Amino acid sequence: MIASVLVKRAGMAIVTLFGVAVVVFLLLRVAPGDPIAMMIGAGASASDIADLRARYGLDQPLLVQFGIWLAGVLRGDFGVSISLRRDVLELLAERLPATLELAGLACTFAVVIGGAVAVLGTLLRRRKGEAVLDGVNGLLLAVPDFVWALAFVLLLGVLWPVLPLSGRMDPSVGVPFVTRFYLTESVLTGRFVIAGDIIAHMVMPVLALALPLAAVIARILKDGLSEAMVQDYVLLARVKGMSELRLVVGEALRNAVGPTLALTGVQFTFLIGGTVIVERIFAFPGIGSMAIDAVINRDLPLIQGLVLVFGALFILVNLAVDLAVVALNPRLRHG
Amino acid sequence: MTVPLLAVSHLNAVVGRAGNAPVLRDVSLTIARGEVHGLVGESGAGKSTIAKAILGILPHGIRITGGSIALEGEDLLTFDAVTLRQKLGPAVSLIPQDPQTALNPGRRIEAQLTDGLRLWKGMSAKDAHARALQLLEEVQMREPARVMRSFPHELSGGMRQRVLIAAAFALEPKLVIADEPTTALDVTVQKQILRLIRSMQERHGTGVVFVTHDLGVVAQICDRATLLYMGKVMEQGNVSDLLNKPRHAYTKALMEACPRYDQPGRGLAPVPEEVFAACRAEIAAFDQAGAGHG
Repeated sequence: MIASVLVKRAGMAIVTLFGVAVVVFLLLRVAPGDPIAMMIGAGASASDIADLRARYGLDQPLLVQFGIWLAGVLRGDFGVSISLRRDVLELLAERLPATLELAGLACTFAVVIGGAVAVLGTLLRRRKGEAVLDGVNGLLLAVPDFVWALAFVLLLGVLWPVLPLSGRMDPSVGVPFVTRFYLTESVLTGRFVIAGDIIAHMVMPVLALALPLAAVIARILKDGLSEAMVQDYVLLARVKGMSELRLVVGEALRNAVGPTLALTGVQFTFLIGGTVIVERIFAFPGIGSMAIDAVINRDLPLIQGLVLVFGALFILVNLAVDLAVVALNPRLRHG
Repeated sequence: MTVPLLAVSHLNAVVGRAGNAPVLRDVSLTIARGEVHGLVGESGAGKSTIAKAILGILPHGIRITGGSIALEGEDLLTFDAVTLRQKLGPAVSLIPQDPQTALNPGRRIEAQLTDGLRLWKGMSAKDAHARALQLLEEVQMREPARVMRSFPHELSGGMRQRVLIAAAFALEPKLVIADEPTTALDVTVQKQILRLIRSMQERHGTGVVFVTHDLGVVAQICDRATLLYMGKVMEQGNVSDLLNKPRHAYTKALMEACPRYDQPGRGLAPVPEEVFAACRAEIAAFDQAGAGHG
C-alpha cells in the first residue's frame, strides 16, 4: 500500500519538478532585466557584452538554452552563478543546511506550541479561559512573520539586547565543522557551548517563523479536537472514568491530527517562503537570503537552481505528510 | 430495609436557557442488586436523560433541579466531577446504542478493552491482556486473539457490540446502563445480543438499567420496568404484571401498538389520540400542582 503510493508520488514529483523548471525558465526570460547589464560597468563596449552573452549561452535560442540547462541539471550540473562566479550546486549545498535547520526547528516549534495551545483550549472549553486563548490566538494569526522578526529585532536586539542580532553563530568561533548542519553536528558531537551560541542566534528567526504557523495549527487542531470530543467513543471513555486530559490526548487527538497534519504540509510552503525575508532580516546565511541577492542580480542559473530546490523541498515535505496521515489512520493503512 | 443498589428519588430536570421546560418530572425508581430494570418510553420520554443523569454525563443545557441519585446510599449529585469520576468509573459502565461510533477508530480493540482494567485495577499490561482475552471468550467472540489486534473498522456491528459488552463488564461493575444497545443492530443479531447481556448480567450478578422503546425487549430481558411519558413515570412494576395486567391506559395502548410474535395475524393499533390527551392532561395537572407549591 505504502510502496505503491510512494512510486505513484515519485512519478508525480518528477512531472511537477519538470513543470516548475519550465515555468521558472520561461518567466525569467520573459521578465525584464538583463544579468549581463547587472554585472558589468556602464562603459562596456558592445563587443564585450556580446562576448559575455556568448559565454553564458544567452545568445542561443530559448529552446536551446533550456535544453542545455536541463541536460546539465540531469547530470547534476546546475551551471555557474553569474554574480558569484561559482558552481550553483556548490552554493546550494553550502547554504541549504542552514535553511533546513532553521525551517525544521521553526516547524517543530510551531507544532509543539500550536499543539499545546489546541489541547489547552480544548481542556478549557466552555470556560472563560477558552475565549481568552481564542482571542490571543486570533491575534497571533493576524501577525505575519516579518512583523514578528522586526519586533524581535527591536525588543530583544536593540531595547533589551540579550540575543545576537545577525548571523548563524559568533564569527570568532573557529571550530571546524564536517557538515554544514552546524546545530545538528555540534549537538551530536557534544559541543554544547557552540550549540548554545547557534541556538541563541536562531531564537528570533525561529520564533518569527514559528508563531504564525503555530497559530494556524492551534486553530485547526482545536476545531478537530472539539469535533472529536463529542464523539461516542469519547463519551464512553469518560464513563470509564478517564481524566479530561486523557480524553483529549489519548482518545480525541489521534483522530483529530489528520487534517492538521495535511494543512501543516501546505503551510510549510509559506514557512519556506518566510525564510526568504526572515533570513534577510537576521542576515542568516541560508538559501532564503541568497535568493534575494540572486533575484536582485538577475542571476538566472542561481535563481533556477534555488526554485528547483524550493520545489523539491515542498514536494518532499508533502509526501512525508501524506505518508504520515496514512500511517496514523488505520482505516487508510489497511487500504 | 437494605439499601438498594440504585435509588433515584424525586428527580426533576429542565432544559433550555430559561430552564422552564421540564424533561424529568419527579422521577423515582429503585434497582436492586442483580435486577434488570427497563426504562421504557417513546423518544423524548426522558429515558436516556435518566440514564445520562446516573452516569453524570448530562448534555449541557439539561439541568437537574431537584431530587437525588443514590448509588448504594451515596448521593451522586453531591460529588464534584473528579470524585464522581472515581466513584463511577469502576462501579458503573455503559453499553452504548451505536457500536459503529462507540469504539475509537484509531485504537486497537486490545487497548480499548484493557485501559479500564489498567486504570482501576492497576493490572499489568500482561494481566490486562489475559483478562481481556478471557472477556472476549466470555462474550462468545470467535478468534478473540485476532479481534484483540484489530481496529474497530475491521469488525462487524455485532462483533463491535460484543466488544462493548465485554468492556462494560470488564471491571465487574455493580451497575450497567444499556442505552438501547440493540437498536442499531440487525434483527437477527439483536436477539443474540439481548441473550448475551442477560447471561453476562446473571453470571456477574450485575444490576442493569435497560433503556428501550421496545416492549418486546422489555418482556424478554427485564425483571421490572418503569414506563415514562414526557419525563413522568406512568407505570412501574414487575414486567409480568406490567404486561399482563397493565393499569395505566397508556401502557395498555402501547401493548396494543406492539407486534406480538405469539399472536401472528393480530393487527397493530396506533395509540389512540384520547390516550395521549389523557396523558398530557395528567402531566398538565402535575405541572399545575408543582407551580402551586412553588
